[in-house]
Amino acid sequence: MKNALLFYGVYNRKGVSMDIFIQQVINGLSLGSIYALIALGYTMVYGIIKLINFAHGEIYMIGAYIGFFAITSMGLGFIPALIIAMIGCAILGMAIEKIAYKPLRKSTRIAVLITAIGVSLFLQYTTVFFLRPEPRIFPKILTDGRFNIFGLKAYITYQQLTIFIVTILLVVLLQYIVHFTKTGKAMRAVAFDKDAATLMGINTNNIISITFAIGSALAGAAGVMVGVYYSAINPLMGIMPGLKAFVAAVLGGIGIIPGAFTGGMIMGVIEAMVSGYGNSLYRDAVAFLILIIILIFKPTGLFGKSEREKV
Amino acid sequence: MKNKKFIAGLVTILFAVTMIAGCGGGTPDPTPSETPDSVKVGVNLELSGNVAQFGQAVANAVEMAFEEINAAGGANGIMLEPVLYDNRSDNAESLNVATRLASQDNVPVIIGPVTSSNTLAAIPVSEQFEVSVVTPTGTATAVTVDDRTGETRPFMFRTCFIDPFQGEVAAQFAAQNLEATTASIYVDNNSDYSKGLEASFQSAFEGFGGEIVSVEGFVIEDRDFRSTLTRMIGNNPDVIFIPAYEEQVALIISQARELGYEGALVGTDGWDGPRLPEVNSPENLQNAYFTNHYTSESDDPKVVEFVNNYRDAYGSTPTALAALGYDAAYVVADAIARAGSGDKIAIRDAIASTSGFVGVTGTVTLDEQHNPVKSAVILGFDDEGRQTYVTTVDPN
Amino acid sequence: MKINKQLVFNLSLAFLLFFVIHFLMSNRIISAYYQLNIYLLFINIIMATSLNLVNGFLGQLHLGHAGFMAVGAYVSAAMTTKMDLPFLPAVITGSIAAGIVGLLIGYPIFRSGRLGGDYLAIATLGFGEIVRIIFVNTQYVGGASGLSGIPRYTNWPILFFLTVATVLLIRNFINSSHGRAVLSIREDEIAAETMGINLTKYKLMAFSIAAFFAGLAGTLYAHYFFIISPNTFNFLKSVDYLVMAVLGGLGSITGSIIAASGLTIISALLQDFGALRMVAYSMILVIIMIFRPSGLMGTKEFKLSFLEEKERR
Repeated sequence: MKNALLFYGVYNRKGVSMDIFIQQVINGLSLGSIYALIALGYTMVYGIIKLINFAHGEIYMIGAYIGFFAITSMGLGFIPALIIAMIGCAILGMAIEKIAYKPLRKSTRIAVLITAIGVSLFLQYTTVFFLRPEPRIFPKILTDGRFNIFGLKAYITYQQLTIFIVTILLVVLLQYIVHFTKTGKAMRAVAFDKDAATLMGINTNNIISITFAIGSALAGAAGVMVGVYYSAINPLMGIMPGLKAFVAAVLGGIGIIPGAFTGGMIMGVIEAMVSGYGNSLYRDAVAFLILIIILIFKPTGLFGKSEREKV
Repeated sequence: MKNKKFIAGLVTILFAVTMIAGCGGGTPDPTPSETPDSVKVGVNLELSGNVAQFGQAVANAVEMAFEEINAAGGANGIMLEPVLYDNRSDNAESLNVATRLASQDNVPVIIGPVTSSNTLAAIPVSEQFEVSVVTPTGTATAVTVDDRTGETRPFMFRTCFIDPFQGEVAAQFAAQNLEATTASIYVDNNSDYSKGLEASFQSAFEGFGGEIVSVEGFVIEDRDFRSTLTRMIGNNPDVIFIPAYEEQVALIISQARELGYEGALVGTDGWDGPRLPEVNSPENLQNAYFTNHYTSESDDPKVVEFVNNYRDAYGSTPTALAALGYDAAYVVADAIARAGSGDKIAIRDAIASTSGFVGVTGTVTLDEQHNPVKSAVILGFDDEGRQTYVTTVDPN
Repeated sequence: MKINKQLVFNLSLAFLLFFVIHFLMSNRIISAYYQLNIYLLFINIIMATSLNLVNGFLGQLHLGHAGFMAVGAYVSAAMTTKMDLPFLPAVITGSIAAGIVGLLIGYPIFRSGRLGGDYLAIATLGFGEIVRIIFVNTQYVGGASGLSGIPRYTNWPILFFLTVATVLLIRNFINSSHGRAVLSIREDEIAAETMGINLTKYKLMAFSIAAFFAGLAGTLYAHYFFIISPNTFNFLKSVDYLVMAVLGGLGSITGSIIAASGLTIISALLQDFGALRMVAYSMILVIIMIFRPSGLMGTKEFKLSFLEEKERR
């Protein structure tokens, strides 16, 4: 294996080898999985009602808190806590849609966007108010441990492995729902043309609700996994990941599910590389730089097809 | 025509609004009598925002101190009335609160804020209104000394040791007790406190013949330090010095250990609090040390009494910040007692001449730059993750 | 030229207001604390009205107004504090710098068509964050701890007249043919484009004018508060201004003034209710959008009825 290292021959200026590069990729993919799960919700909601759901990052935060209380107060394990958080977030997502967004279906875009910002702030600060601003320490429910990869000095921890596996399972499940069930077919129909779908007898309101529920459940799962991974959660934890996940969705092509997944992973790896080889202080700035670059060169995103604007 | 209607509306609104905003102000300063029955003491603390837990600890201790002082008959017969406002951990709010205390409540002296940045924001108010500001915990040198002119700020005081001293102590401990020759520094780029310590640790450590192999930064919102830590650990430092607050440090330690780092971790008083053992297993905390103002394990009767009273009142062990807040309140009370009045200048002079005051964090004597000369303790962790006393370092 | 009673009335009222407050302040009848909040109130008026230009009149969601304020504040404060330049050039440079940054941010976004408009909210939010990160990492202007020791050049006459000037200039812009083009974009982008209006140009124009005035507010802010730090201009600051613009009415300048004033006073009164204040703000946003999507004043302007009657023929 030492020879394999030489074969790769990737050394950085401080004489540190391939190990670190691989470690950074692993770190990046773990973070990217979280972004991917959040980005999926953004992209589905945008695809179906053309709304940037700013509150999505907060649903992820609430998911982390639900998981926290499920584990600490109810003494549940990781998987039950994950499922409870997903269900709780699905309900919350539907409630937000019914209370805040549905009355505004016919309003101007800016009115809906302002509402979304309002909902997002509301969730943040009611949480601050009731659960206090300071971070909660997420209990350790997964055993500490790590695997050595290919005999290199790079490790993958059990937590990271759990994040990968859960993310991939959820994405496969989502693809199944969207492509092989009746509901999924209806979702695609509504996304394609809402009015035509209504005329064809699809209950668009129900489909929109279901879309919010599924997207929110994914964010809830991401929240619990972040709690496990970073061991601390706080009421404002949703802001930055929410924004970056949105950029990830745009990067992949907004409204496109595989795009959101890939976009999330790419964002995670880019961030890890910026922290690992550049300056971590500019990590957040890079995310937005990516957004600007996409807008200049390919506004439809990596997977997007250019489409003429409908009049 | 439309334009004029508009201007009419505009002007009327501006007028009405300014009247509303303006009313209620303007009670003239009451002339301080010779020996007043009571004196108001302003308290400007971070009760909400990102360092709320520190502000809260200091607020508790200050409140407790004032209750004790008043129950014992006040400061030389003068009752102390604390007036507490929240500065939301924000510079502009800190200035706003200080202005409010100085101009509305007419306090002669303000305790707080906790952080150096927020304390720096209160400097203009101290000079404009000649109100003394005593920070219990603002450790940056610029708080009491203008770094452009080198002059001591007339109304700024502190009751904790300054950053350079703490950084030197940490460097001395790393170089001599831990026999480290290489060190990496991981700095919180959002805080003066952290940056000040970085500089003093670096020069002191190099003075002991050590080498700083890398300096990395993070920001306060960070939760994932793995990428930077991976790079840092790649340089194999003997010691990683993390001058930061417990919130981030707890995660940094856990992630560094997860990435396989087994060397020493050294930190400063920001590490004090419940977070480190909450996030980390005791094994993670072995070979981790930090400098602090006091230890709650001390058998000094004054400390024992303080720790017990605080536990009874608030149900938790007082952190060093709480102890410093407690001492700051007593230093102010001591000064008011010696001044014998609520007069701003008399109180200022009395604070400046504080000497040999025995508090829970040691003996406070303010030097010409309004900084106390105190010793520091080094704490570590036992096999159950509890803080243990390691050694004391005196100022040279 | 006919002597207009109304104009005389208005001007005298403005001067009266100015001199009354000037008198109260200079004789220390208004205490420093109230004075500080009156200054804050006028700075907020500049911020809210200029933000309304984008959010209300152009109809695009801009969430990073505090970022432009930071640019103006930092550029001007660096000039006066670090280079010892006088106040006036610092104010002008600071405001122009913010306007130019507005152009640079706005161009790629508005150029990419309607999709770009959707992303403006995210891009401006990100911009505010980037500005903060850049200043945190710039040691020349004090890094994270901020730039302190800024001379207090902002005084009452300067602040008052610049605020009035800002409001009148924005008002005049909206009533100009350019302003009408901006309004038509809000009403219907496609129709506006069909009428030959260059969407990118007018969106960019409104956006950078707003940025310019936010920069102006920033210069005044920096030279009153002694210290500026990157965290002062965070996202929540932008939200404060958003709430002011929305509450007053998207498309009502007088509405913005009323809301900016009211909220500044309420915020000062709610000093000790940090978290609750934000809960209230967020509920205001949602409730107004659901029940009165154009804000309290809508697109109407506040008028005095007794003056209005004289105008009727």
